[in-house]
Amino acid sequence: MTRRILINILAPFLAVLLAFSVGAIVIYILGENPLFVYKILLINSVTKVDGWGYVLFNATPLIFSGLAVALAFKGGLFNIGVEGQIYIGAFACAWFGITFNVHPLIGIPLGLLFAMIFGGLWGLIAGYLKARFGAHEVINTIMLNFIAIALTNYLVNNPFKEPGQINPIPQTKELFSGSIIPRVHPLFNKLGINLSPSVPLNYTFFIAILFCVIVWYFLERTKWGYEIKAVGLNPRASRYGGINPNYIIILVMFLSGALGGLAGVNDVMGYRHRFLDGFSRGTGFTGIAVALLGKNNPVGIVLASILFGILDRGALAMDVFTNTPRELIRVIQAIIIIFVAIGNELIFRLLQRLERESE
Amino acid sequence: MAEYILETRGITKHFPGVLANDNVDIKIREGEIHSIIGENGAGKTTLMNIIYGLIRPDRGEIFYRGRKVEISNPSVAIKLGIGMVHQHFMLVPPFTVWENIILGKEVIRRGVLDKDSVCSELEKLMKDYGLSVPLEEKVEDLSVGICQKVELIKLLYRGAELLILDEPTALLVPQEVEELFEILNNLKRQGKTIIFISHKLKEVLRISDRITVMRRGKVVGELDGRDAKEETLARLMIGKTLESPKLESYERGEEILRLEGIKLSPRLRNINLTLYKGEILGLAGIEGNGQRELLEIITGLSTPEGGKIFYKNREVQHLDPKTLREIGIGFIPEDRQRTGLILDFTVAENIILGRHYKEPYTIKGKLNLPVIKKTASDIVKDYDIRTSSVDKYVRFLSGGNQQKVILGRELHSNPELLIASQPTRGLDIGATEMIHSLILSARKKGMSILLHSSDLDEIMTLSDRIAVIYNGEIVGIFSPKEIDEITLGLYMTGARKD
Amino acid sequence: MIGGILSLELLISALRMSVPLTFASLGGVFSERGGVVNIALEGIMLVGAFGAVVGTYFTNNPWIGLLTAMSFGFLIALIHAVVSITFRINQIISGTALNIMSAGLTTFLSRLIFKAAGSSPHIEGMVQWRFPGTNWQISPLIVIMFAVIIISQIVIFRTRYGLRLRACGENPYAADSLGVNVIKMRYSGVLISGILGGLGGAFLSLEHARVFVEGMTTGRGYIALAGMIFGRWTPLGSFSACFLFGLAEALRMRLEGFGIPTQFIQMIPYIVTMCVLIGVVGRAVAPAYDGIPFEK
Repeated sequence: MTRRILINILAPFLAVLLAFSVGAIVIYILGENPLFVYKILLINSVTKVDGWGYVLFNATPLIFSGLAVALAFKGGLFNIGVEGQIYIGAFACAWFGITFNVHPLIGIPLGLLFAMIFGGLWGLIAGYLKARFGAHEVINTIMLNFIAIALTNYLVNNPFKEPGQINPIPQTKELFSGSIIPRVHPLFNKLGINLSPSVPLNYTFFIAILFCVIVWYFLERTKWGYEIKAVGLNPRASRYGGINPNYIIILVMFLSGALGGLAGVNDVMGYRHRFLDGFSRGTGFTGIAVALLGKNNPVGIVLASILFGILDRGALAMDVFTNTPRELIRVIQAIIIIFVAIGNELIFRLLQRLERESE
Repeated sequence: MAEYILETRGITKHFPGVLANDNVDIKIREGEIHSIIGENGAGKTTLMNIIYGLIRPDRGEIFYRGRKVEISNPSVAIKLGIGMVHQHFMLVPPFTVWENIILGKEVIRRGVLDKDSVCSELEKLMKDYGLSVPLEEKVEDLSVGICQKVELIKLLYRGAELLILDEPTALLVPQEVEELFEILNNLKRQGKTIIFISHKLKEVLRISDRITVMRRGKVVGELDGRDAKEETLARLMIGKTLESPKLESYERGEEILRLEGIKLSPRLRNINLTLYKGEILGLAGIEGNGQRELLEIITGLSTPEGGKIFYKNREVQHLDPKTLREIGIGFIPEDRQRTGLILDFTVAENIILGRHYKEPYTIKGKLNLPVIKKTASDIVKDYDIRTSSVDKYVRFLSGGNQQKVILGRELHSNPELLIASQPTRGLDIGATEMIHSLILSARKKGMSILLHSSDLDEIMTLSDRIAVIYNGEIVGIFSPKEIDEITLGLYMTGARKD
Repeated sequence: MIGGILSLELLISALRMSVPLTFASLGGVFSERGGVVNIALEGIMLVGAFGAVVGTYFTNNPWIGLLTAMSFGFLIALIHAVVSITFRINQIISGTALNIMSAGLTTFLSRLIFKAAGSSPHIEGMVQWRFPGTNWQISPLIVIMFAVIIISQIVIFRTRYGLRLRACGENPYAADSLGVNVIKMRYSGVLISGILGGLGGAFLSLEHARVFVEGMTTGRGYIALAGMIFGRWTPLGSFSACFLFGLAEALRMRLEGFGIPTQFIQMIPYIVTMCVLIGVVGRAVAPAYDGIPFEK
């Protein structure tokens, strides 16, 4: 049993190592010192307390995004549409926040609820099309991404544009204070952790951790989780077992979309306090890498999110202090996805062979 | 001039956890029909796959016409003159017959496939060997019997001298078996050599010149086909004598299931059938005559266009699988790995499948893990399922144990009616006997069973009554005492009808 | 107004819009007929677009740009082939990863080479071919496209290669049992799709925009796949579908300036694609073993 855990950790770890090695080769070819570049990449993130604050802030939307993708995977579905669900969910929660002036105890939960419901509905569209028509959810979710981006772009440029705005990128007005999720540094400072006020780490991070637990419990300990996993593994046998795969597809895409919708909350309610056009920089797609690297497992997802959070934090420094463009990180992320997938497959086959021989 | 067209010496092949071929020596004489028999898992198919180049052996040598050969892939085998018709046909369904035949050995004219010259060559071939197939039809539209002829023509087109047939009669009805035997004898007369893989002793005895028996990867006997007896073969094959289960007589109870006028185009035309409490009703028929569709309707996966089904006098044809289970109908689906089990779920998770949402397994949405585990352990014990733990993935269990998981799951909830489809397909004799005795003891406790099987032996042995389905209708109902296989076959092919 | 909208000019515009989609779609046909789903076409088109600009920029010869485009597309396809055929990784995951990688890679290289993230410098397009005796001009790539469509249709359905390729997609085990090298055939399908996808991207940057802009494919790779499905995995069908998409795109451009907010007009191609996918249900059947890794 411990052997299995060890192998499960080994694969992602090796994959990351390999991906960084490939990156190092590229950096070297471009004439820079890989060690120098990687040091810049990591040093701001892991050596200072503030750095960790930024890292966890970056990780927060990735955790939600990873959970969204992982949940869909478990149901046998590919939710490539998290990016669109982020925008729709984020806009919905921003709309609530700029329209209703309420106490935070009402405003924050309702803001989250709006993000979840609207993100969920956006995911539901693809789920319904698959359940009812058998239409390919991969292409549909991707199409919905583009539609969501265009739709929110329109909304934030026209009806909801902030009056008298000076920022060249369109944004909505600021949220009422009841919908703002506060930053953590006051509490942390009281606890002895010296976080400076400029660090945007806010309580959304803890909400994300909470949802990790919720999602795990849902999948492993409830009947719906059982049915979702069953359909994901074998829809035909599930039908015979009395489960309706179509209901499950719709349920999964709704829940997955809801989690995706939450991914935007960190920015809207916890940082900018408004909806900014184009604020998500590919979080939806990074979520795929996070889910794969974390093996669709909440603990793994958190760890993978932290890794990518470190990379995102370091990307800025990379741009400033080195000659290597920060897009290299995207490339490394993609290589990680591929190597992890290969690693998972090889490990799976190895385990199969071991299990069979012990029969 | 070699005495043998094919000889193997010391062929050994390991798979993880299994020694499939253990020092296998066989000798095939040119121009004979040589059968290789053995149970599932005896190693026959592995050996043939090695001879045909699909697998490499760990050790051993193959001699073709006296020369040592290395058969590294099917192309080599084909070039030598070896051809194989697999148990599961290797045909491309949307391709036409002629496209299937020439695949891999295409004829080109000016860059494109030369259909005309191919077809004329095939016409000649068919005439020479007495085989006839529609060259321009798509394979997916053809019957099993014709598909098999296509497979044979594929081999002959490539000039095969040694033809290997793996379980060729598995899907054929008695009349088609006769036809096949005629073709094989014809081929033999034309100088071809045939290796006939089967576990059907009666057929093997009829057609073989010589018989090799394999058990657990080893060759355990080589006999002359004309002298051999069924009991000898059976004893060599399984190491003990065959025992047919004895059916106790039963009292026919009241009606438990009645089908009236069930209709679903295109396959089901008018099904009328009644099942009584405490009996086993066997459903016999050639695959493709509506059995699958009928069973899907009975088990709630689809709805008929017309007609009614009454279960204990209640209309049920529109109900879904979940409800049907709840009112006391259990099912053992035909394809255990695809439809009956979720391979990457544990034994325990598979055992509660279908009832997972009910108490005590689920309470207010939450899974009750201790109860689930206990139920699973009980079933594993009661049904003698060989597994080290209930948390093992069902994928790693043997076929027989997998089937026992399904049976245990269905029988545990004490259904009044059990629909069993091909319950022993692909299982060896030991597992088959166990499944049969489980079915019989369920019947003894008063359960009614609808048994669908393409194994006529199984149907004849277990059924109290036998219903034959042909072309979407029930064409006859008999007691096994009053009918034999040949007559059954006549009904199954529509030659006769009540 | 209607008369002004439907015109020869519109049809030509539609044809031009359909070129990148068609090339990518044809690539999809080769790949999927062999049994490999190629979601990576989006990324392949993108690197093709980038490659075309790079090649043309440094040699001032757009034909070299075409070659670079095809090679870049080939390389991405090669990775997809190795990962999904040899390692048997889930083809959607592999394709999605490659799309992410292509996006990052092209921006990364663009910044390195052109020192600008957003876009490259402008480049000369291809010299248009003249119809003899008329004033009409046509891009050589369009002529090439028609040739490729016809050749593909013949190759896939009437040649030995096509028969074997289709067998690998419908029942690779049958093909294998007759000595066909399934692995090699599947590789060839994917690599061809890399070359064709790269050509599609080249048209985008070479003929259409005359520049490389990051992310310039904006989902065309996926739309091309929808076109392939709509066209029932045949070259002629794919072209017809992509022409329809091109028509939608051309119409959309004419709608700008009619008072409808531009973002809604932008959505049109994507909504159309989704509707197409719904309409196709039950009537278009993929090769039976499409997306299923082949294991001996």
